[in-house]
Amino acid sequence: MSDEKKTNGWDPKIAAFLCNWCTYTGADLAGVSRLKSSPCVRIIRVMCTGRVDPSFILQAFKKGADGVFIGGCHIGDCHYAEGNFKTLRRIEFLKSFLEKFGIDPKRLRLEWISASEGDKYAETTMSFEKQIRELGPLELMN
Amino acid sequence: MINVNIDGKEVQIVEETTVLKAAELAGVWIPTMCHSDLIEPYGVCRLCSVEMIRGKRSRIVTACNYPLRNSGITILTNTPKIQGIRKIIMEFMLSRWPNVPVVKDMAKSLGVTASRFLSHEVDEAVDACILCGACVNICKDVVKANVLGFANRGIKREVILPYDEKNEKCIVCGACAYVCPTGHIKVKTLEHERGAKQDWYLGPKTAINIPTLQAVPRVPKIEEVSCIKMQTGGCGICSTVCEPGAINYELKDEEIEFEVGQILVTTGYKLFDVAKAPQFGYGRLDNVYTSLEFEHMLNSTGPTGGTVACKDGSEPRAVAILHCIGSRDENFHKYCSRVCCMYALKFAHLVKDRTKAEVYQFYIDMRAFGKGYEEFYKRLLDEGVNMIRGKVAEVTEGPRRNGEKPYLLVNCEDTLIGKFRNIAVDMVILCPAFEPQTDASEIKKILSINQSPDKFYLERHPKLDPVSTMTDGIFIAGASQGPKDIPDSVAQASAAAARILSLISVGEVAIDPIKAEIQPEYCSGCKICNNLCPYNAISFLDEKKISEINDMLCKGCGTCVAACPSSAITGKGFSDKQILTELEGLLTI
Repeated sequence: MSDEKKTNGWDPKIAAFLCNWCTYTGADLAGVSRLKSSPCVRIIRVMCTGRVDPSFILQAFKKGADGVFIGGCHIGDCHYAEGNFKTLRRIEFLKSFLEKFGIDPKRLRLEWISASEGDKYAETTMSFEKQIRELGPLELMN
Repeated sequence: MINVNIDGKEVQIVEETTVLKAAELAGVWIPTMCHSDLIEPYGVCRLCSVEMIRGKRSRIVTACNYPLRNSGITILTNTPKIQGIRKIIMEFMLSRWPNVPVVKDMAKSLGVTASRFLSHEVDEAVDACILCGACVNICKDVVKANVLGFANRGIKREVILPYDEKNEKCIVCGACAYVCPTGHIKVKTLEHERGAKQDWYLGPKTAINIPTLQAVPRVPKIEEVSCIKMQTGGCGICSTVCEPGAINYELKDEEIEFEVGQILVTTGYKLFDVAKAPQFGYGRLDNVYTSLEFEHMLNSTGPTGGTVACKDGSEPRAVAILHCIGSRDENFHKYCSRVCCMYALKFAHLVKDRTKAEVYQFYIDMRAFGKGYEEFYKRLLDEGVNMIRGKVAEVTEGPRRNGEKPYLLVNCEDTLIGKFRNIAVDMVILCPAFEPQTDASEIKKILSINQSPDKFYLERHPKLDPVSTMTDGIFIAGASQGPKDIPDSVAQASAAAARILSLISVGEVAIDPIKAEIQPEYCSGCKICNNLCPYNAISFLDEKKISEINDMLCKGCGTCVAACPSSAITGKGFSDKQILTELEGLLTI
């Protein structure tokens, strides 16, 4: 079935939690710079990646996301001093048991993209979309 | 007051005055070898022996440390008996130290030319130690470092440092060398040993100095590191000679607390330590200076009085100015330090003005960015400054034939003509990179502000809000925010001051509505959120056993919201419900 979907114009759904100060602005920059970023990314703005509760990620997968992307400020560059350190810890921890839920940890990606890195935002989302396409749609066991 | 008769002269003196002091008042000379007014009498040379007569009794005493307590004492300083004692002492000293000038002179003045004795321990040196003990006593009594001491006894007696090794208690004040009558003690200065060199100072620095002649207020200050009083509690000579009593050793740096509503951070920059790039020879080769040292040399109140001179005092024949030392360099700092191009051009202009030297500028790119700067650059090209586009690879000592004046070779690739060049110069000036202050990260933590990857403070927005930080009420200006010149610093500081004043005149502060909030009925008091907050906005209420968020400090990042295990914390505008609804909506399309 999944093969059929891939060939039949299936587009992955990627939920993205972007930090207000860096990656969200970076995504804006990618837009105004006319760079091609992934159209599959559905962005949710949060003030800081530190706000991203791991349960949001699980909820996103449950509600039909094929991949979850989290973008924050570079380590040491967080507008809230150290929110991204907490995210890094939480995401690594969550990845360690995503497989137990039947989710490939590759479907979750954390990237540091600053407000000036519009090109990095475009490249990263494109490569993440490619990766999700290779993994195919997420089929969760109920 | 008591009366004493010295060699027939009556003098009135205070009780407890020594015979030596009394004789001085009476105008009678008593020879001494070990006495110094700086230290307590030691009485080791015995040369000041005098005859003291009280009633019918006569005694031989040392004048330097014999205190007079009663009247009716007669002192005879030049009897045949005393002369004999003095001669014997001088003969003993001569036999052991035949070439020391102070011993020879004293012997001569006492009528001794040769010694009848033979010493087993003859020291032929001109600057031999005559064991007077002045150094040991000044170190003990005045300096209070107590480093020097006598070792062994008899003819093996000698002055040494503990275990005869370099001692860390020695503060190298030089007092021992100062009092040494023979010049046996020498203070070595290791000027170029790493770390010994002051930041930007070319001349000697005394313990009490006026920092620069332009200093405001122009008063002397005490260098804490080299002041004997501050280091050991000894000395204190300056306070005894200062008549108005202006010297206060207790006046030290202190911490004073202020309560303020806004803070402007203008902590500035420091210069890159050019010794980290050893290829340029700084600290190793003579006549290699940093820009600040050269600026000091150009100053009319500086060590050379404003003359551009090599270390030997001669005028340089050629001067090389090296741009971008530590900046625009993959090994150190990638950023451009911005101001160097222009001050390097100023240096070139001043060198041309004051000397006949050829000037070479070694640059990567000329960045004459400001108002009138490009015109100045053009003017210097007309003045005949040699501009070489290329980063210098190395500065070495030039090979020379006998008697030729030493010079330096600057090795670089001239990228405009595509050739390697070796240029001989007499002086090299390095333009070091701007760096954030060493404690910039500590200040960052204290004030909860941010640093950009180059470690300069980060502004809230590079274009729209260049003077404020992410923490409300804290502003930044000047080189602490990034390398900049004086006009830019003044402009930024003025902007910051205006921002601060506008907040003061309003009298109240509008804050962002995005905050986290704890619902007290759900809070279990687990304290997980307490340590997460980067702004220390969450405190634990001991009496209620719950946590509370200070609205004024919270910036609404939501880190605590995501961590709360009982979902007691909600982020206004970003509540769990709002985010999940948003998520659902996005994923159903």
